[in-house]
Amino acid sequence: MSSRQDDLPLPAGLIRAGSLIVALLVWQLIAWRLADPLLPSPFAVVQSLIHHLREGELLHHLLKTLLRVAGAFFVAMIVGVAVGLWMGRSRLANLALDSLLIVMLNLPALVTAILCFIWIGLNETAAIVAVALNKIPTTITNIREGARALDPQLLQVGEVYKLSKFRRLRYLVLPQLYPYIMASARSGLALIWKIVLVIELLGRSDGIGFKLGTFFQFFDLTSVLAYTAAFAAVVLLIEACVLRPLDRRLNGWRT
Amino acid sequence: MSRLKVALTQKRYAGAGADVLTGLQFELKTGDFVAIVGPSGAGKTTLLKIIAGLDSSYEGQVELTPGCRIGFVFQEPRLLPWLTVADNLRLVKPDLDETALREALQRVGLAANADSFPLRLSGGMQRRVSLLRAFLIKPELLLLDEPFISLDAPTAESLYQLLLELRRDVHPTTLLVTHELREALALADRILFVSRSPARVILDYRVTLPRPRRRDDASVMQAHADLLNQHPELLAGLRTAPGDSSSMPELAP
Repeated sequence: MSSRQDDLPLPAGLIRAGSLIVALLVWQLIAWRLADPLLPSPFAVVQSLIHHLREGELLHHLLKTLLRVAGAFFVAMIVGVAVGLWMGRSRLANLALDSLLIVMLNLPALVTAILCFIWIGLNETAAIVAVALNKIPTTITNIREGARALDPQLLQVGEVYKLSKFRRLRYLVLPQLYPYIMASARSGLALIWKIVLVIELLGRSDGIGFKLGTFFQFFDLTSVLAYTAAFAAVVLLIEACVLRPLDRRLNGWRT
Repeated sequence: MSRLKVALTQKRYAGAGADVLTGLQFELKTGDFVAIVGPSGAGKTTLLKIIAGLDSSYEGQVELTPGCRIGFVFQEPRLLPWLTVADNLRLVKPDLDETALREALQRVGLAANADSFPLRLSGGMQRRVSLLRAFLIKPELLLLDEPFISLDAPTAESLYQLLLELRRDVHPTTLLVTHELREALALADRILFVSRSPARVILDYRVTLPRPRRRDDASVMQAHADLLNQHPELLAGLRTAPGDSSSMPELAP
């Protein structure tokens, strides 16, 4: 990647932040011009964010939401990778599960949420299962593509040298799936947090989704945006501190 | 030990009209170094895959000592690009300790490359690792599928010497598939010539030239020429193309 960095006109970090800064400026200008309480300025949102942080409520709800996101994310990734790999490698499994997969892919989040809350109860398990069920089918679809594209020549190496099942999975198969897993993880994180809020709104009494519902009833748009900003900041942090370093580590062998 | 007996009556790929192999029979004694020479597309790679157990849809028999350790050197080095050289070797031999690893790499002249990723090595170096990987498991049967193809003459020659040297310790029964007659003459004790597809053995030739020998030795050149003279009917297409002195052309189609 270093060869591409050479032609950048500005430092990479500045360019990365540029689109966000421009968006904030445009927002601030429009808010000034309209001077309408229904369009709070970024400045007002930041003030509200600090206020909610001081009160201590925001962190509590943010943490609740994050835990649900993490729970659903790991369940969805583990199940999705396992089933996707199985469907990609076994014609029988693919034939048997494909129709079900298509139905699941198109099942609205609202439907899984209602069903889980009614069948499992108004609890954390139901919330996490409902969210995971929305992510699992897309993960399966992605990973299945990767599993179909595994290099047969490298798999033959594993066969000839009689590698154990575990070593084949760990050293031959998973490294070939990493690009698909990373893509799934990125889109998954985005999808999951969107759905977690809906579920919190429907059947939980804490978390960002629950709070947004309350603010909505009072038309408190500044607080809605402050909570959203808090989570957006966390997502950017995860991308910068977890996903991007992981990407670099997994791709170190590419020249 | 590792005697190998092959009697294939038929092999055909699904959807293909013609057989790849018919009535191909031969036997290797323990410690033999046998080369199979034939034109490209004769089914030589298929034969190795059948022997290695990578392909089980054929008719006939392959008799091999059960549990026999097989080393396979593929046409391309087939190293795992995301593992370092050292990790590629540890992959096939998990109990390899540091000292043994360093010694082994030293032997193939790659002592400085233990932590390199394969894509950063030259083609010749990658093939050294691939050869070493096959020998690390102490194979009883070694299958070589044109492992020296498309290398320049000095690199190929140095790999021949490495192969012979590694073979001296482990002494596996060896089956080398190639379409270069001089390569076969330089390396093997016995050469089986196979026909175009469907492949069968058309000449079983014992190489009696003294060792050590190289591909460019006068004795090898002479044996090469004699073979062409004595068996014009079988080897009509085996002749050196004008202006090509480094490698043998393929058998004529």
